[in-house]
Amino acid sequence: MTASTSPPEQSSSAGIGRVLVVVYAILALAATGRSFYQIVSEFDEAPVAYSLSALAAVVYILATIALVAPGETWRRVALATIGFELVGVLVVGTMSLVVPELFAHASVWSWFGAGYLFIPLVLPVLGLLYLRRRRPVVTAQRPSERVTGA
Amino acid sequence: MIDALTIVQVAVAIIAGLLCLVLGLAGRKPSDLTLGATALVEVLLIVQLVVSIVSPAVGNDPTGDALEFGLYLGSAILLPVGAGFWALIDRSKWATVILGVANLAIAVMVYRMHQIWFVQGG
Repeated sequence: MTASTSPPEQSSSAGIGRVLVVVYAILALAATGRSFYQIVSEFDEAPVAYSLSALAAVVYILATIALVAPGETWRRVALATIGFELVGVLVVGTMSLVVPELFAHASVWSWFGAGYLFIPLVLPVLGLLYLRRRRPVVTAQRPSERVTGA
Repeated sequence: MIDALTIVQVAVAIIAGLLCLVLGLAGRKPSDLTLGATALVEVLLIVQLVVSIVSPAVGNDPTGDALEFGLYLGSAILLPVGAGFWALIDRSKWATVILGVANLAIAVMVYRMHQIWFVQGG
């Protein structure tokens, strides 16, 4: 935390970004593995929840790639996918409580990601905060607000 | 799967994870200690792989689904390799933090594998 040992803000935020990427990669791996298993062996039990599981897995993979890849386009892809995750975990989390017969099957987003230590709920928020920081070159030229477009 | 071995394995992964996390946040670059702890976690996973292949042959079958178990084990084995390579390339304190995150993730996955093997089914 102290300024003496660690280099300035920017590299520290880049470092946190690296950790974020790794956590995303692990979650993508977990979501892909689980949805693969669910679709192969018990798809009939809850087709809606398991299809969502697969969709979530794809989005996590895409978000991981978008966080790593440089450039404004990828940053937007990252914003879109991470925003989608946040909406997904909120909607599916709520639905799994309200309409349990449809959604109360283990998926990354059921019960707000409780089966994954709530990481799916916390991660998109951290991701969006990180992306706001990373907001690049464009801002250096024009300090006007570009934050709202999320 | 052997109950005691698995419990030891979860404990080792948690200790290794916390160690790497603390040392990483304290500013340490990946060292023999943190990489060694991660390697130990990986070796135990390989042992677990051998045990879980041999177990059914001697009448110790999983109560849960073998495919699900295998997916967890396969993913877990990949994590230290990935995080380890990362640590060799990116020699910063964040690589140590990443080793910690990977080890803790493995602890959770092994715990889940334990549930699949012993608690599920019926």
